[in-house]
Amino acid sequence: MIKVKNLHKKFGDLTVLDGIDEHITQGEVVVVIGPSGSGKSTFLRCLNLLEKATDGEIYVDDQLINAPKVNVNHVRQKMGMVFQQFNLFPHLTIMDNITLAPVLLKKMTKAEAVKRGQELLERVNLSEKADAYPAQLSGGQKQRVAIARALAMNPEIMLFDEPTSALDPEMVGEVLDVMKDLAKSGMTMVIVTHEMGFAREVASRVLFIDQGKVMESGTPEEVFNNPKNERTQLFLSKVL
Amino acid sequence: MTGIQVWFSDFCDLFEKCFIREERYKLLLSGIGVTIKVSLLAVIIGILIGMLIAMCNLSKRKLPRAIGGIYTDIIRGTPSVTQLMIIYFVIFATVNLDKWIIAAIAFGVNSGAYVSEIIRGGILSVDHGQTEAGRSLGLNAFQTMTRIVIPQAVKNIFPALCNEFIVLIKETAIVGYVGLMDIQKAGDFIKSATFEAFMPLVGTAVIYYVLIKILTLSLRQVEKHLRKSDAR
Repeated sequence: MIKVKNLHKKFGDLTVLDGIDEHITQGEVVVVIGPSGSGKSTFLRCLNLLEKATDGEIYVDDQLINAPKVNVNHVRQKMGMVFQQFNLFPHLTIMDNITLAPVLLKKMTKAEAVKRGQELLERVNLSEKADAYPAQLSGGQKQRVAIARALAMNPEIMLFDEPTSALDPEMVGEVLDVMKDLAKSGMTMVIVTHEMGFAREVASRVLFIDQGKVMESGTPEEVFNNPKNERTQLFLSKVL
Repeated sequence: MTGIQVWFSDFCDLFEKCFIREERYKLLLSGIGVTIKVSLLAVIIGILIGMLIAMCNLSKRKLPRAIGGIYTDIIRGTPSVTQLMIIYFVIFATVNLDKWIIAAIAFGVNSGAYVSEIIRGGILSVDHGQTEAGRSLGLNAFQTMTRIVIPQAVKNIFPALCNEFIVLIKETAIVGYVGLMDIQKAGDFIKSATFEAFMPLVGTAVIYYVLIKILTLSLRQVEKHLRKSDAR
């Protein structure tokens, strides 16, 4: 589903991604872990072209997406993205946050989008908030709306960029629960997170990224219980 | 008669002489019309030019940025009376347009430079995460700008824009320089005709004040409406 070949990303002289090769298949839940500044968020952002790769190739459904003339908007419609800071649109109600893109991009009529919006809000347990504005929601609620908003475009892949890092501890669980449900439903997901317990429980594969390279990749058991790479061991000893 | 009664009766005579006699109030009324006409059209032109110049200044390319920079620089560096007279007597000298429209263009051109800076600041004040969220949903740059960034920017810049419009209305008091009879010119005319300074000039001030007060109060209502989504 996503194939990454020799991905490099430089910001000026700073090399953030230093040759990443990765293959993410349909239905996989890939959790990316690593120290801060390791390039894991940049990796995720390269996948939906929020960052432009300096070198390398990214294929989504066998289409090379980081080539000139590719319609980036079409590519992004296949990929939902959830941000650390939620980035809900504060001037729109919750329902309008969810329906804006599908209606504007003519994926659905307004009525269809609202119906889908109601289903999605039910799924994230926020039906009663449809007419509220983002400022009236707690962080956990905002992030659940952000997930619903991304799902409204019926994406094939969901990308999560540290979705619980900006939350108060007591709200982390409700967001992770929604993500677990999503994983169970068979959604292909790439998740950058520091929630090791979640990674262990939900991931079909864990990637450890450090210094812009994938240092280790394997099932949660392999990576957490039996890390082979020295850096992985060091990192896990600090966070577990 | 007591002193106050004398003063009051003098005041009424003066009022009658300056505003009622020879239907002088009609001058002021038509002056109000001119001021409003010129200001309204100027505001619209100012916003359009302001958006255009703001886009130039926010552009990644050098040429639009240079154009925007030069425009703002020239407008800010010269007096508006001079600009008005250049536009009226030089640029539009041979063009057959209503005086008030030419004046409105001049004020719009002037206001555009200031509005562009307000708009630019407003757009930059919207968190970049908003743009990323819009683009990640598959919206293109234009859709993201018009549906997500600008509505939020408008809310942020609204007070500054209102202020600019109020300044603009008062600025139009110089249209007398190109022979338009606005409120200021009407007051001035009455002053010359009656040899009275106090009543016509204070009257002019009162009219401007009331106009701007009405505008301020209505804009405040609009702002309240805009801030609806801030409720917690």
